Formats: sequence, C-alpha cells, structure tokens
Amino acid sequence: MRVVTTVNGTEQVADDVWPGESLLYLLRERLGLPGAKNACEQGECGSCTVHLDGEPVCACLVAAGQAIGRSVTTVEGLSGADGLHPVQQAFVEAGAVQCGFCTPGLVVMASDLLARVPRPTDPEIREALAGNLCRCTGYEKILDAVRLAASRQARP
Amino acid sequence: MTAVETDARATGRLGAGRVGEDAQRPDGTLKVTGEFAYASDLWHDDMVWGVTLRSPHPHARIRRIDVTEALTVPGVTAVLTADDVPGENAFGLEHADQPVLAADVVRYEGEPVALVAADHPETARRAAARIRVDYEVLPALTDPRRALDEDAPPVHPGGNLVRHLPLRRGEQGRTAPVVVSVDVEVGMQDQAFLGPESGLAVPAEDGGVDLFVATQWLHVDQRQICLALGMPPEKVRVTLAGVGGAFGGREDLSVHVHACLLALRTGRPVKMSYGREESFYGHVHRHPAWLSYEFGAEPDGTLVYARATVLLDGGAYASSTGAVVGNAGTLGLGPYRIPNVTVDAYGVFTNNPPCGAMRGFGCVQAAFAHEALMDSLADAVGVDRVEIRRRNGLREGDRNITGQVIDSAAPVAELLDRVAALPLPPPADTSDIRALPGAVGNTTHGEGVRRGIGYAVTYKNVGFSEGFDDYSTARVRLQVTGGEAVATVHTAAAEVGQGLVTVQQQIARTELGVQQVVVVPADTSVGSAGSTSASRQTYVTGGAVQAACAAVRTAVLQRAAVALDRPLTGLRLDGEEVVGPGGEVLTGLADVLGDDAVEETREYRHRPTHAVDPETGQGDAHVQFAFSAHRAVVDVDVELGLVKVVALDTAQDVGRAINPDAVVGQIHGGSAQGMGLALMEEVVVTDGHVRNPSFTDYLLPTILDMPPMQVEVLEYADPHAPYGVRGVGEPPTISSGPAVAAAVRDACGRPLRRVPIRPEHITGV
Ligand code: FES
Ligand code: FES
Repeated sequence: MRVVTTVNGTEQVADDVWPGESLLYLLRERLGLPGAKNACEQGECGSCTVHLDGEPVCACLVAAGQAIGRSVTTVEGLSGADGLHPVQQAFVEAGAVQCGFCTPGLVVMASDLLARVPRPTDPEIREALAGNLCRCTGYEKILDAVRLAASRQARP
Repeated sequence: MTAVETDARATGRLGAGRVGEDAQRPDGTLKVTGEFAYASDLWHDDMVWGVTLRSPHPHARIRRIDVTEALTVPGVTAVLTADDVPGENAFGLEHADQPVLAADVVRYEGEPVALVAADHPETARRAAARIRVDYEVLPALTDPRRALDEDAPPVHPGGNLVRHLPLRRGEQGRTAPVVVSVDVEVGMQDQAFLGPESGLAVPAEDGGVDLFVATQWLHVDQRQICLALGMPPEKVRVTLAGVGGAFGGREDLSVHVHACLLALRTGRPVKMSYGREESFYGHVHRHPAWLSYEFGAEPDGTLVYARATVLLDGGAYASSTGAVVGNAGTLGLGPYRIPNVTVDAYGVFTNNPPCGAMRGFGCVQAAFAHEALMDSLADAVGVDRVEIRRRNGLREGDRNITGQVIDSAAPVAELLDRVAALPLPPPADTSDIRALPGAVGNTTHGEGVRRGIGYAVTYKNVGFSEGFDDYSTARVRLQVTGGEAVATVHTAAAEVGQGLVTVQQQIARTELGVQQVVVVPADTSVGSAGSTSASRQTYVTGGAVQAACAAVRTAVLQRAAVALDRPLTGLRLDGEEVVGPGGEVLTGLADVLGDDAVEETREYRHRPTHAVDPETGQGDAHVQFAFSAHRAVVDVDVELGLVKVVALDTAQDVGRAINPDAVVGQIHGGSAQGMGLALMEEVVVTDGHVRNPSFTDYLLPTILDMPPMQVEVLEYADPHAPYGVRGVGEPPTISSGPAVAAAVRDACGRPLRRVPIRPEHITGV
C-alpha cells in the first residue's frame, strides 16, 4: 500500500507498506524519523507519542494506513529554526534526561499540556504524563522541567 | 512557541562544568530532539532484520529442528541453528554454561533455539514460526527450595548448586535474652529498561564483524562473541550504541552473537531489536529470594548474634549468580555491628528464567529481611525504630561481618538522624481523591485509610569484589584546533543514562583547565573500562580519566619547561595558558603544542580486594561501602489493600558529588525502583512460565505513583578514591523498598513477609 502523509509540515510518501505496519514503524523505519521510540509497542509507555492532526497519540497503536492524508508532528518537528522548544530546553536544564528513551514521548506530551494549560498544577502535570513511563528519573526532575517551562512561558 | 534563552548559567545553577558543579549532559540536546541514536534506531543501507525463535518449554529435549519451510519464505536470507555456530556454542559472564543457540536441551522458557534474517521484521517473524522444532518435554525443576534435594533433577550435569557461601564469625550457637526471627520472600524483579535490546552487526571486508550494540561492558561482550565466532578480538570490533537504560540487565549477552552470526552468514548488515515481550525473555532478572533470619540481642537492643539463610533462584544458567550470592552473604545482614554470625547464602539452578545482575545486586533482597527484623527487634525491646538502628549501626573503624574494617565514613546514625529530621508531609487531604489510595478509582474518601511510616538503612559494596582485577582504561588527547584547546576523552565505558559522559568532561576540564572536552564513542579500540555496574564507573573510569589527564598535563608542561627553559615545578595549565608559580602567564598552549597533539593512555585500579575464606566467609572482600537511609510515608486503605506512597525521603553519603544534580537524579531513580519492588513489580513465574511479559501486566511506577522526594546528600570524602567519590547508583534501590514495606506494615499492622506486597496481603483475605 502507498501511504501519503504530512510529517512535520512536509508531505511524505511511502510505498509497499505492509497493512499491519504501525505509524511508529512507518516513521522510524521508512521515513527516517526514529525520534519516537519503541519501548512497548502496546500503548503502555508513551515513548512513541506523536501528534496526529494535533492530538497526541501512541504511534504504536495507530496503523500506518490511518495516517493517510493526515498530519503528523513528531519530536523532530518540535524544535524550530530558533532553537529548542521551551519544553525541550527545560528538560535539558532541569536534568530530566538520563537515558532519554522516554524523553521524546514526554516532551511531546508536556508540550501538549502546556499548550492547553499554561500554568498546570502538580496534579495536572502528573495526570497529563501518567501514560509516559520513565525508568531512570523517578519523575522528580521531569516535574521540575515542566514547571520550569511553564514558568517561562507565563513570563510576559 | 519561541525559544527561550539557552544560557543555563543565567539560572545561576551551573558553573563551568568542572568537578563538583552541576553540569549539563553533552547528549542532552540530542536526546530531547530525538536525534540521539539508540541501538534500536540504527539503520544501514541494505540491512536485513534478525529475529530469534525461542523455546516455549521450560525444559525439553530437542529431537529435531526442520528449517526447510522457513527457508522458502520469500524475503528470508538465512535461518541458523546450533549447527551454524562456528566457535564454541557457549557464553556466560562467570561460567560459559549457556548455549548461543540450544543444541540438544532447552533449560528455560524463552531460550534461543534458532535465528532468521529477512528483509522485513514481520517476514522474519513469520518465517521463524515455520521452523519445526520437535521437542520432548521434560519435567521441569521450578521450585528453588527443592533444587538441592537429593532427588531433584539436575539442571546441569554438575548439579544444581551454583554457589554456597558460608559465613562464620565469632561464637557459633550463641543465645541472647531477646530473640526475633523472620521469613521473607522476595519476588522476581525486572530491570525494565525502556530501550529494547538492540544491535546492528556489519560484516567487514577483513572477514570480521563490527557490532554496534546497547550494552554495559564492551570488552566482556567482545570476549564472549569471539569465543562463539571462533575469531580473534581484532576481527570483532564492538562499539556502544545509544543505551536506553540498563540497571544490570545488559551485562549478559542478548542480540550480540546472534546478530554477528547472521551478518557473517548473509554478508549483509543485520539489525536485531527485541519487542517488549521478547525483552522479558531476553535478559536476566533480579533473583527471587527466600530468606530466614534470626537476631539475638541484649535487652537494650544491642545485637549479640545473627543467623541467616538466603536462597536465591538463579534460574537455568549461572550468569552472575555467584557474585550475587557473594553480596547477599557478605553484606546480607545490613550495616550493623554483629559480633557472632552464622550465615549461609545459596544460589541454585532451576528451570526458571535465568537471573543475574540488577541494581543493588544481592543486597536488595537481603535488606527486606534485615530491615523487617530490625523493626521487630525495636518493638521487642521497646526502643524506637530509628534508635535501634542508630545503636547497632556501623561506624568508621568497625569490622563488618566478614571481619573487614570499614576504613572510611560509615555514617549510619547520621543518615538516620538526617532523614528523620526532614519535614513530614501533611495529613491526607481527604477532599482530593487524587491524593488518596485508589485515587480517581474513587474507592475511598478517607474511610479505612491509615497512615504509616517506615525507615530503612543499607550499605552496598562499590566496584567489583572478592579479588577481581577491577580496572578501567582512559585515553586522553589534548590539541589546539582553530585556536581553541580541545581535550578528547576515549574510554570503553558504557554510558547507559547515568551521566558518565558528563563526569568524564568535568574531570578533563578540571585536570586540564580546558573548556572544550569531547567524549568520543565507547568502543573496543581502547582498553577495557570494566562494567557499568556495581556503582563503579565514576570511581574507576573517573580515576582512569583523571590519571590520563594528569599524564597529558605533565607532558604538556614538560614541553613548556623545555621551550621556556625553566624548571617544571611551579608550572600549571590554566585555560589556554601555561602559568608560573605566581599565576603569571608564561606562554599559550597553542605556542607549546603547535599542530601536535599530546595523547596519553592510563589504567586505573582501585585497591585490591580479596577472596573470602571458603569455610568462614571472612576476608576483605570489598573496596568501598556506600550508605543510604530512607523514610517512607504511606497512606493505606486497609479495607481494600491499596497503597499511596505519600513521601519517600532519603539521605545518602556520596563521598564527593562530581555532578550534584546528576547524583540527585540517580537517587530519585534508584528510589523509584526500590519502591516498585516493594509494591508492584514482579515477573510472575509459574511452572517455569512467565505469566506477565508486558508493560500491561508487569507494573512499573508511573508519575502518579511516585511521591515527592526530599534528598539529603552528604559528602564524606573517601580518602582512597579519586576526588573522594563514593558509588551512588545502587544504595537508593536497596533502602527505599524496605522503608516502603515497613511503612505499609506500620499502617496496616500485618507482618507482610512477602514483596511485592499485594492488596490481599494487606487485607488478609
Ligand atoms: S511504544 Fe507506543 S506506548 Fe509504548
Ligand atoms: S530517562 Fe531513561 S527512561 Fe526516562
């Protein structure tokens, strides 16, 4: 099957896609975008989180064919020409990255939260990131990072 | 959104990135943008995918393997079995007792039997399903408590004992006025690193192979791969690919030999990457344990004797079981002064999944027993639970249970005092169900909820013990390029997320005075760094980098002394300059070096350790001890058995924090893993079968499960270690779980002798 989809603002075409392939496989193995990670491929860890038409989804649970004609934003599309996304910058500075395998999913999810809720409370941050597993950090510095990004965003 | 200011030093937290300052990871930006190349991200033109066919039986004889059908699947490029292993069909960390591919017998569910390479991973999986293996199912030994019985079926020809470590100290058969005892069972924990086992093997023109793989110890991998391939080390070059966490689970081989075999057979690059289910079968786990402990004490709680038996289920192959038994024995009574000791620690073979290294390595299991018993002792003698530990806690200069003198800080009492002095959380807010056990499950609004507090303290050996020649190698080069001095650090030490790359930069900046430090990828073209385990890399590889930098510095200053025609003494490097005794600039580094590079390679060894006496377990087994204490506060719904951890606070002595921010990060993450074992994490194995090989059924702590953590970091420098460092990574995983278990006991009033604690243990139904 042929899949035509817009990824990070650019139209992408993939041919000979097997119908059982996930959007995650399409991105990672066919489109050269391995930023979204493959930690469970079962919707449990959030490492593969991307935006599909603006909604955060687990790319491992979306069939590649479901992305036809739609718009996908991956972690590679978060930062722009003017540098890192504020959430990415905060993750680096707050020490929220150790092995970093959870990080792409978390920064996509946290950026989604801050776009919806500019000043989230701690319970709101925890709720929003509850589907993203991290095995290294115990989440403390991930909370720090989201708080830091939120406080900078709130600055006039 | 617009970018924010990127100069983190504006926040005031960061210095110049030298030793002792909070420094940012050099790979941080790559990791937040998705550009960092993990092993599972690797890609090569023309590559094919390798998959593994694994045994569905815990114990079976292989009568016949028929690969004909698999070979006919379009897209398949190779199907390999044991007959295709050119070298020795054996690997293993301590004993090469594990076949690369099972030949005649499979000894655990998930043992690799055959390999397939194909142009698409799904094609390879489907072809693997068409390999016909004719098994004769054999009875499986799955209860480790039966493994040493006379009539137990031997898992290996030499019997089922991997190691028995007896410890005998002081008077045997002592009695005491107060006696307490406990039996504890600890379930099997999984490392659950998020990055799956993955690697890319590329056949080389010289007939050898280049392997890029996520691992913990490149040179021990290389040694084992060479044995299986029948190749010399110069033909098997191993490079570290990006590692998504390790925690001990990557110390043993996974895809390594398999990917190389397929690459050499097909002549094409081969990528292998496990799915999560396969990962549960593809690496060793933390040993499940059965512990029987008895403490005798004076009426004031002073310990008189300890008797303990520890049984660890090693599963089907030895892996590092011997060393885990060593720790469970020599450190298994905790950081206490006990004059009379009788301990027997056993590791046995069964047909269960192989067990080996995981963060905390033998001390984790033992801590659940000795800490439960210290609480019982406190209650029996009517002494506060913190005070009982203070009273018996090791101090510098004391001898531990193997007779070894603790020759640097042993601040057991101080750690307990510090953690006990941290503010306690406010009472449960029953108006917000998110803060209660069961949370939005809406199971309680506070009815039946009881608060509990628990303490635990531990100590752990740092570095390899019992006489192992434990060393690391570093190569450091200094040159001036584009007018700027650049130091390049090259080691084979595996960065697995802990931040060793940052530590290497900090040391080079400190020793050489340069700002630009490049840490090049770890590979086997430089000497061994030893394993990224046992909390040892900052100590041992840190020591090697320090030594290599010192050698480079001396060489540069010697050149300067000659050029300046001055004595060497008094010269030092400062930034890009060579300065004299009064700080006066004498010459620039660029003038001294010109286009030359100065490069030095050094090995660093910590002080030797010694084998323990085989009959008494006595000896100076360890080089360094690291101490930590935890206090857990929980709210427990005692009617439903649900637990909410409200606070998990800790104090730890780290000797000297090279990167304080990263030290705290290690303590957070380690604490979370200990809490996970206490409350939720267990690989459930029945009749030799893993029942929950997925993140749906193997529960990991989420951000909703983790409480805020207060961390007190003490820095009592170890005079024997580089910069005074003390290993950091493991102690938090050891003391956090028993503190949580103690807090739950405190809340519900039940003995809770098994972890992870399940709701039915709390409710008693
Ligand atoms: S990989 Fe998609 S949720 Fe885990
Ligand atoms: S940093 Fe390793 S999983 Fe989150």
